[in-house]
Amino acid sequence: MAHPNLILVGVNHKTTPVEIRERLAFTKGKIEDSIERLVSFPEIIEHTILSTCNRVEIYARAKNPDSGIECIKKFICDFHGLSVSELEQHFYSFRDEEAVEHLFRVSSSLDSMVLGEAQILGQVKDAYSLARTLRSTGLVLNQLFEKAFKVAKKVREETGIAERSVSISSAAVELAQKIFNDVENHTVMLVGTGEMAELAAKHLISYGIKTIYVASRTYERAAKLARTLNGSALDFEAFKNELYRADIIITSTASPKFIIKKEMVECAIHERKNKPMFLIDIAVPRDIEPEVNDLENVYLYDIDDLQVVVEANMMEREKEATNAMTLIRQEVTKFNNWVGGLDAVPTIVELRNRVEAVRKEELDKTLKKMSHLSDADRAALHQMTISMTKKILHKPTTKLKQKTQSQEGHVYLKAIRHLFHLDD
Amino acid sequence: MENIAFNIALLSYLVAALGYSLYLVYRKPSVNLISATTLGAGLLANSVSIGLRSVETGHGPYTTGFEIASFFAWLIVVAFFLTEWKYKIKDLGAFVVPVVFLILFYSAFQSRELALIDDSGAMFWLTLHRTLSILGYAAFAIAFAAAIMYLIQENQVKSKKLGIMYFRMPSLEVLDDLNYKVITTGFPVFTLGFMTGVIWNMKMDETLFSWDLLRTWPLIVVWLIYCVVFFGRILMGWRGKRTAQGAILGFVSIIFTYFLHVV
Repeated sequence: MAHPNLILVGVNHKTTPVEIRERLAFTKGKIEDSIERLVSFPEIIEHTILSTCNRVEIYARAKNPDSGIECIKKFICDFHGLSVSELEQHFYSFRDEEAVEHLFRVSSSLDSMVLGEAQILGQVKDAYSLARTLRSTGLVLNQLFEKAFKVAKKVREETGIAERSVSISSAAVELAQKIFNDVENHTVMLVGTGEMAELAAKHLISYGIKTIYVASRTYERAAKLARTLNGSALDFEAFKNELYRADIIITSTASPKFIIKKEMVECAIHERKNKPMFLIDIAVPRDIEPEVNDLENVYLYDIDDLQVVVEANMMEREKEATNAMTLIRQEVTKFNNWVGGLDAVPTIVELRNRVEAVRKEELDKTLKKMSHLSDADRAALHQMTISMTKKILHKPTTKLKQKTQSQEGHVYLKAIRHLFHLDD
Repeated sequence: MENIAFNIALLSYLVAALGYSLYLVYRKPSVNLISATTLGAGLLANSVSIGLRSVETGHGPYTTGFEIASFFAWLIVVAFFLTEWKYKIKDLGAFVVPVVFLILFYSAFQSRELALIDDSGAMFWLTLHRTLSILGYAAFAIAFAAAIMYLIQENQVKSKKLGIMYFRMPSLEVLDDLNYKVITTGFPVFTLGFMTGVIWNMKMDETLFSWDLLRTWPLIVVWLIYCVVFFGRILMGWRGKRTAQGAILGFVSIIFTYFLHVV
């Protein structure tokens, strides 16, 4: 299998606007049907359909790459009742090495809208496992996808692509984790019931925080939010005296003036015997006096500070993407070597040469000892040895060709090479 | 043999110090493992070198500048491994092991002549004094490293400039807790060492206040610094930056005192 004819046809968020992507998506109900329909195409040997909100891609092996690509484009359009000419400009297609590299990039989240996000790997895994269940994949795609998952894991572990938070609320949680040892045993106080604050609080709760206080100008709203977060409501006037109880304070009131002043936090920190406090001011205009950050053991971040952190993290991820690409290229080469190893032809040629050499050597030895034979006898012996070796080799070589198309093909190749000392 | 062991220890500490520093920049788990293994080998060689010398002198490594520095380096490594085991702060090595190397490197230039003390009464107090003091110093060395890490991390969180160290270092609370634990352990031990030193001095000179002022005063300053940090923490609830600065000031003055007191 010198040319596995791997092809990829697809659209993604970079090439195609959402209005078109959504029309091309293979939604949950339809995907099984579409895989089964594509199986019936004689042109396509194996395939997997990956359909997420940011991309629709079909990875396949075709008998002929050019007609395979056209066939898949037509299939996508026909399936959704659209015309190819209308969508031609949006499609991209890759072959062999480029298709391999593309899949490795996609599953490692280098092609995602948010670089390094974790969701895509799960989506690729789901797409592949569905294709396997429906038996639309074979030797090459199975190996390709299994490899892609390993590459994605390696990229995650060995580069910082997913290391830094790229959303406001996760950056806030990350900061909390760098200030406090075990965030889950700390206390959060929400001042104001803004949506962003609620979101940040929920994010903290997902990390195991249990003690939550909610204060709002209208007590009912505080009580309502406290109920959903499983916390307790505080009276708005009372919260100022209760500040010391909170390790993390998130403010989001609509107040035009600062509601938390430096003196208040100073008192709180004194009461807490200098135990650190982390204040997150999500409100615009701000709720907390910026000078609060000057106090020792107090850390204040407003919405802009968090935004700056997120942007810096994003830039770091982009830098890490370069390292990830180096890693991916190495893996693409390895995969190509594997594909090359699947080729039975060179092994068969070597095997024949080896046997032919033995045949010649032994025949010469025998003929030397039997000088009384006529030329016709010699020719007959010659012919007999040729047909013998041919017959002996016929079955194993055909079997080998068949087996290299299957999952364990490389094992057979290896065994043959080993048994006949072809690598000596 | 003793010299060979010493040189192996010195080389291992250098490699481990470089390894841990490298690990700070390149996050390869193998680099951390190699550094820890090399440090362990260094500790073993350091133990052999101290042990052989003690057999020769007939007493522990407490008398000459060479012995004390070598023993000090050895104890810091032991304290470091204990801390690593308990706290698992992988970057601590980059801050502790270079100090260990420098101490042993310094001792390499010290005279290796043997000093024999035959007054067994004084020897008992000297042993106690030096062991306890060096134990305290080793704890303070760990506190020093934790304090430097704390200040780096604190500065990043406070100034909102989150560099590469921010992601790699542990939380402020962990570093502060480590600083607290080693100082509250180290200070009483060091104080006992200080007191036994007074007794040893009396045994030797038979007078309490005949000390060389230049040599003694810095030691009192060191004790006072840690005393303030210790009681500030316990009684006034000092934490974080202030105690970290105290731990750094304390350790720097230990180094100064060492030159004045022992040499």
